[in-house]
Amino acid sequence: MGMTISEKILAAHSGHAHVVPGQLTECTTDWVLCHEITTPAALRMLEERGMDKVFDPSKIVAIPDHSVPAMNIKAAKMYQKLKSWVKEKGIEHFYDVGRGGIAHVVLENTGLVKPGQTLVSGDSHTCNAGALGMFATGVGSTDLAGAIYAGRVWFKIPETMLIRVTGDIQPGVTPKDIVLEVIKRIGADGANYMVMEWVGDTIDRLDMEGRFTLTNMAIEAGGKTGIVAVDDTTRAYLSARGIEPGSYTEYTSDPDANYKVVIDIDASKVEPTVAYPHIPSNGRVAGVDKIAVTHAYVGSCTNGRIGDLRDVARILKGRKVAEGVQMIVVPATQAIWKQAAQEGLMEIFVDAGASVSYPSCGACLGMHSGVLGPDDVCISSTNRNFVGRMGDPTAQIYLASPATVAASAVAGFIADPRAYNADGSNAAD
Amino acid sequence: MPKVHVFGRDHINTDEIIPARHLTTDVEAELAPYAMEDYDKTFAARVQPGDIIVAGADFGCGSSREHAVWALRGAGIGAVIAPNFARIYYRNSINNGFLALECAGIVEAFQDGDEADLDLVGGTIANLRTGQKLTFVPVAQFALDVQKAGGWLEYMRDHDQAALEAETLNAASTEAGHGHPGQVAEQEAHRA
Repeated sequence: MGMTISEKILAAHSGHAHVVPGQLTECTTDWVLCHEITTPAALRMLEERGMDKVFDPSKIVAIPDHSVPAMNIKAAKMYQKLKSWVKEKGIEHFYDVGRGGIAHVVLENTGLVKPGQTLVSGDSHTCNAGALGMFATGVGSTDLAGAIYAGRVWFKIPETMLIRVTGDIQPGVTPKDIVLEVIKRIGADGANYMVMEWVGDTIDRLDMEGRFTLTNMAIEAGGKTGIVAVDDTTRAYLSARGIEPGSYTEYTSDPDANYKVVIDIDASKVEPTVAYPHIPSNGRVAGVDKIAVTHAYVGSCTNGRIGDLRDVARILKGRKVAEGVQMIVVPATQAIWKQAAQEGLMEIFVDAGASVSYPSCGACLGMHSGVLGPDDVCISSTNRNFVGRMGDPTAQIYLASPATVAASAVAGFIADPRAYNADGSNAAD
Repeated sequence: MPKVHVFGRDHINTDEIIPARHLTTDVEAELAPYAMEDYDKTFAARVQPGDIIVAGADFGCGSSREHAVWALRGAGIGAVIAPNFARIYYRNSINNGFLALECAGIVEAFQDGDEADLDLVGGTIANLRTGQKLTFVPVAQFALDVQKAGGWLEYMRDHDQAALEAETLNAASTEAGHGHPGQVAEQEAHRA
């Protein structure tokens, strides 16, 4: 029996020639990503046990992102804890406030993580990096502590779900709509414990940003991670970041690899999709119901990249955010912030009446910079619409693509972005 | 006998178990008053040490925050029983030696406030009101070994890789609660 990409990577990292789903292994981690919310607990655990060491300071990347800039004293202390540990242990890759942004998006751009490698982090969206053809997964603080201490983590070899996407994505439709469609189809636990491997001609034509959005959302279907095989798009992306082919291992799934489930998606039939409260699998077509919104939020590790901001600007240009709607735009990293400024996107956002915020996880998880109040209704480009996720438990969160968020901000209610042309006219006019 | 708190809905997520606004601490006692806050504000005050949570499928989905396990344990919960669990919550439970038991039909068998007799050796849970007894999926040997060691960090420190793999290679149910009740039944059938 052949192996999938994920099985090959985990076999190579556990000293086995061959692994099968269900097998327990102890794997080495090439990279450990640390942020300031789950890392302090891991460090305390290690200190309490006399295990306060780091397996390799050159293999740890520390990026504060959840509660920065600190919104209260407790958050400031957690940031301090991360920062002092970085200094004490000589952690080589530290992206401080002002030099980083949302950890997953910073990391994908660093030129550090490579195809064929393993990555763990105390954050469920670590699966994001799977778009680079690596095995990246989120763990809790105890696993994170183990990885920091020994560069090891236990894994049960996961089964793999193959998602074949074919056909042309229609104008106004984005990878976010495709992943919301997949989660709608398989359910919020449809891929529980499985790897979601994306293939097909649609994926072949997709840029890296779009692929990251797909793998980022694996956890919203319960997946252990998402993964995309390396191709010329991946190679070019890595070369632009100083990683040349030959310096990494490209794994491909064998023709006789075992897939637990195969899902076929016709991309040409996917429409702008909105996940209604309170679960990401609750997808419906955008604009079918006229739902008034009080908030519109663009950002997060899922959809805060430059292409996402361009999508938003295309719709906001020459238009205004509707009266009574608070729109917040959060570029995912400092580099994306700068790029958006150079391209004139910031001016478009400000002219439209949107507020632009510092790169951080911010209100995606209800921490700061746009937390929702009672009964607020938010259309958001983030990844979760659970009760209380962005603030008050009575608030309603609708998940969508950045384009749908922008169209809805302008309309004042959830709207189909295909009705908003780039020349400022409305198709409906 | 421990009381049972029923949260019958599927997909109870870690944002509900412990909202992010409380993540500025990792101390169990500080997290405990907020356990399940966005689902039931009165919950934490009602829990008696050793009480059991009975929940719907995919319990603990969403964020990787281990704070979910700590908040429940800090509040006094002795075990969570559900048809299956989301994978990161499940491994966090194992790593903390905190009980996450997979049991098909558990939600239908209990009402809020029922008393339960949990028999870990026999692998059963009985409802003292109805007399109904259910069998849960046996805890994997690996999970028991981690619990015995005091947690994953102790286990890892004390075992080398070869020992771990020799002990656990053929362990049955281990990390995630495999999605569906049907699969749980399959696992049980396999063991029988």
